[in-house]
Amino acid sequence: MTRYDSLLDACGGTPLVGLPRLSPTVPEGAPPVRLWAKLEDRNPTGSIKDRAALFMVRAAEAAGRLRPGDTILEPTSGNTGISLAMVAKLRGYRLVCVMPENVSTERVQLLRMYGAEIIFSPAAGGSNQAVATAKQIATEHPDWVMLFQYGNEANARAHYETTGPELLHDLPTITHFVAGLGTTGTLMGTGRYLREKVEGIQIVAAEPRYGELVYGLRNIDEGYVPELYDATVLNRRFSVGTRDAVLRTRQLVEVEGLFVGFSTGAVLHAALAVAHEAARAGRRADVAFVVSDGGWKYLSTGAYGGTLADAEEALDGQLWA
Amino acid sequence: MAIEVRIPTILRSYTGGAKVVEGSGDTLNDLLTDLDSRHAGLRGRLVTEADALHRFVNVYVNDEDVRFLGALDAKLNDGDSVTILPAVAGGAFGFAAAAAMAQHVAAAPADGRTRVTAS
Repeated sequence: MTRYDSLLDACGGTPLVGLPRLSPTVPEGAPPVRLWAKLEDRNPTGSIKDRAALFMVRAAEAAGRLRPGDTILEPTSGNTGISLAMVAKLRGYRLVCVMPENVSTERVQLLRMYGAEIIFSPAAGGSNQAVATAKQIATEHPDWVMLFQYGNEANARAHYETTGPELLHDLPTITHFVAGLGTTGTLMGTGRYLREKVEGIQIVAAEPRYGELVYGLRNIDEGYVPELYDATVLNRRFSVGTRDAVLRTRQLVEVEGLFVGFSTGAVLHAALAVAHEAARAGRRADVAFVVSDGGWKYLSTGAYGGTLADAEEALDGQLWA
Repeated sequence: MAIEVRIPTILRSYTGGAKVVEGSGDTLNDLLTDLDSRHAGLRGRLVTEADALHRFVNVYVNDEDVRFLGALDAKLNDGDSVTILPAVAGGAFGFAAAAAMAQHVAAAPADGRTRVTAS
């Protein structure tokens, strides 16, 4: 076991575990194809976002953008808010999160427990209302600091300086890296590092494909691609539907004993696709993928039990990743 | 040769409300041209005047992003499934709010102290 001076120092350094039962079977004498899971749920608040939150706050402090007692504002309904709340508490900042009022009760309880304040945008107004709320808050509080995870280089740098080196140290024979695509920070940072160090490495993205309710009447002329995103870092990008994500999430706990959130199920779906391709082609492969969080925060969805169709319905309209 | 194409809600005005339509073509470019012959105007919403995929449109062939398969030149086969989606990965709310606030961050003074500024 390792000893740390504080919780913040215990960020990162997560285990990489082999998944021998889920890895494709190859004929005797054929090169091995192995799956490896990077357990990011072992971070202080239980998700990979601790890395980005810590790096973004430290970078802002170093640049003089954050001063003691400042208020941090972040639009998030998920793990980044929880990570920022923990870091803000320990570093002496106030955190205000903007989120839609229909997020799960676990998230609201966790954020409040860590001391964050929450401003809700009406669920009925959808993303248009979220835009209006965000703009209004920004206008009313010009002195609040927004770290803006979608465009903050420290988000990607956290993974360039920590996640990437950890993976290469633990798995020098890595051939594929697979992770979820949200802010794109994990894939950009880890992907750039591994591309510099490992010849022929494949960087693979898995993005969630939600139920139709989420896309709704979103206008394709007003879309948004995160400033951090650079397509040249990726080799492939998969879109994974709710059903496949739930199926793989359940498979991971049933076969390998890993209890994960649904976004990790989507990532595993893509990882299995590239692993089986390698096995069919008779190529050696060490496929490492990211477990971004555990399943605890999603139990109230009810999607861990019942039929796949029930689970798909339970998650319809929800941002499950 | 039939290729199944899934149409997002926002573009169903071009397909008479149909969620799924069929088309044919050896490449994505051919397929979109074929679709446009029956659903006039659809191609123009997906492809720019410079013959590139619109920045905020994602097209997937059998769940894989066509931008990594040759974009409009991506090869198609009978039985393939094509999905068209608006770019909202990472959560509709997060992206909507982030897009709104990105303007504020971009407009902030370059004094090393990025603030959310009033528009």
